[in-house]
Amino acid sequence: MPGAIYAEGLVKTFGDVRALDGVDFDVPEGTVLGLLGPNGAGKTTAVRVLTTLLRADSGRAEVAGLDVATQPNEVRRAIGLSGQFAAVDDYLTGRENLQMVGQLYQLPAREAKARAGDLLERFNLADAGDRTARTYSGGMRRRLDLAASLVVSPPVMFMDEPTTGLDPHNRQALWELIKELVAGGTTLLLTTQYLEEADHLADTIAVVDHGQVIARGTSDELKTRSGGDVIELVVHDRERIPEAQDILRRLGEGEPGLVAHTRRLTVPATGGAKLLAEVIRELDGRAIEIDDIGLRRPTLDDVFISLTGHSAEFDELNGAGNGNGGRDGGRDDGREKPPRGPDPGRPDPGSPGPGRTGEGPVRDDGREGGAA
Amino acid sequence: MSIDTRRAPSPPPAPAGGRITLRQNLRDSLVVAKRNLLRMLRIPETVVFGLIQPIMFVVLFAYVFGGSISIPGAGLSASAYREFLMGGIFAQTVTFATAGAAAGIAEDMQKGIIDRFRSLPMARGAVLTGRTFADLAQTAVILVVLAVVAFLVGWRIHDGPLSALAAFGLLLLLGYAFTWIGALIGLSVRTPEAATSGGLVWLFPLTFISVAFVPSENMPGWLQPVAEWNPFSATVLAVRDLFGNLPPDYRAPDVWPMQHPALASVLWSVLIIAIFRTLAVRKYQRATG
Ligand SMILES: Nc1ncnc2c1ncn2[C@@H]1O[C@H](COP(=O)(O)OP(=O)(O)OP(=O)(O)O)[C@@H](O)[C@H]1O
Ligand SMILES: [Mg+2]
Repeated sequence: MPGAIYAEGLVKTFGDVRALDGVDFDVPEGTVLGLLGPNGAGKTTAVRVLTTLLRADSGRAEVAGLDVATQPNEVRRAIGLSGQFAAVDDYLTGRENLQMVGQLYQLPAREAKARAGDLLERFNLADAGDRTARTYSGGMRRRLDLAASLVVSPPVMFMDEPTTGLDPHNRQALWELIKELVAGGTTLLLTTQYLEEADHLADTIAVVDHGQVIARGTSDELKTRSGGDVIELVVHDRERIPEAQDILRRLGEGEPGLVAHTRRLTVPATGGAKLLAEVIRELDGRAIEIDDIGLRRPTLDDVFISLTGHSAEFDELNGAGNGNGGRDGGRDDGREKPPRGPDPGRPDPGSPGPGRTGEGPVRDDGREGGAA
Repeated sequence: MSIDTRRAPSPPPAPAGGRITLRQNLRDSLVVAKRNLLRMLRIPETVVFGLIQPIMFVVLFAYVFGGSISIPGAGLSASAYREFLMGGIFAQTVTFATAGAAAGIAEDMQKGIIDRFRSLPMARGAVLTGRTFADLAQTAVILVVLAVVAFLVGWRIHDGPLSALAAFGLLLLLGYAFTWIGALIGLSVRTPEAATSGGLVWLFPLTFISVAFVPSENMPGWLQPVAEWNPFSATVLAVRDLFGNLPPDYRAPDVWPMQHPALASVLWSVLIIAIFRTLAVRKYQRATG
């Protein structure tokens, strides 16, 4: 039996852009799926399709056992949505906003009013409840929007980057709230750019890039695939980068990644501190000056490097991954794709000559374009 | 500030599913209408500008053109023209609600709030219907203010309160019908600014090539049937008749809508609502998914 959120082969195109390119997932009831991906990956598009805001070109999706395409209104009764951008009315007060949403969820007026008051308290907006939302700070708007998504307690929740714009304290509080909801049986699909967040909240993580799920699993599984800990260092002298790369290639456990304009190199290093010491000794021996070096837990970027061979944000990166992203480079779907990582050993195309900072055509989603 | 998770009120369950009834449609529309009226109260500029234009028209036509436009049955009389004029101004004013509805809906479609509405189990079209209800209320307020101004320049109700109420009823119905044209315009353009212009430009030819300001008898022969069959003209003539603002010897042009203006006015308005509401609701659904 399919789970509370079920998608099969979802495709959505906007002109040339394949925002969703065959997305599948199946989220069992009472669990959290974290959609993790860089800007433009298709996270919001997936949420919009599942919440009936957008119709997929093809594929099928069910929420709470209801088909989003043919039973949109039934689906809407079963979901709560907090979108990427706060969907509140600026000229209504916080209270009026929540009351309106309650009434449109078909609560009787009196109940909607009581519920609005409770939610304002709960989201610590009671003091601001009778001010128009346009006077709210970014984080307050965000909280009002989250409150609106919880006016009734729907069995399935969607939150698109819910903690973006929240201060650490409120982020922590929201995490607690989410855990409480899930403990109460709510199924949640949450998108995030932060591995840490997905790590903390999600039972399963689906890594999305270019409209496809390129990896899925628990956060531990993903981190293992990305090689565990990472050594990260900044080379002082741009000309010495290739030498430092050689060292990392030799000592590290994978192909080193490079962000050229910050002269930052990374390499998977399950060997931890011992390996770090070795790298430092070697660099020292060759008198390669470094500005910064450290050992850290893998981040979204590292997961990306290992999965796709390119960085989430910087495509001048030349780390060659294991290329298990499931994307075939020869496919022509009209969308510009960044180049896959070069073969190990091939001269590094992004290798900086002095002054080259890897400018290139920038696509609308902020990533650098390359020929497919 | 933090989100206090200890005091978790138990949320009410979502009501059972099922088809959306007419009753729910009306209720949702009223909820959205309330929201739009609150917005109008908090952005009163739009209502104020909505008043300035008709008042300007009253003054301009009454005092600038007044003495130079002849009325069948009264000739060149400035005071007769002022009485004659008001039906036209009232009718033109209610149609300006088109621009307000168009701009409001274009703005909603642009803003995040539309995603909130669309993710809620509310009646389809209630976002649009609610807006048209709010515009109807605004139009009613504007009509009252305008009637006071008209009274000050010499316009009077001659046929008693009941027919006057019927006249205001026809005006509100026409205004309501035109907000559905506005809704469709608002859904067809990308910005509220474009919606405002798109809601206004065609109103000028429509209201001027009618019996609103100049009797059709004064127009070139080929233009007369256009003016007389203009949906707008029927309402204008009907309210003039109901307010008792026609000269005693006035003879309406010999075409069906001019001979039965009140009935024609109702039929036109109902037809406009039927067509444009259908188109707008369909477009809303398509534009949003
Ligand atoms: N309405 C639209 N018209 C055209 N292109 C669109 C539209 N919506 C999304 N796209 C494109 O689809 C792709 C996926 O967008 P989407 O908003 O789903 O990304 P995302 O993963 O949510 O990114 P972010 O992290 O920046 O929010 C992008 O390339 C975007 O430009
Ligand atoms: Mg997004």
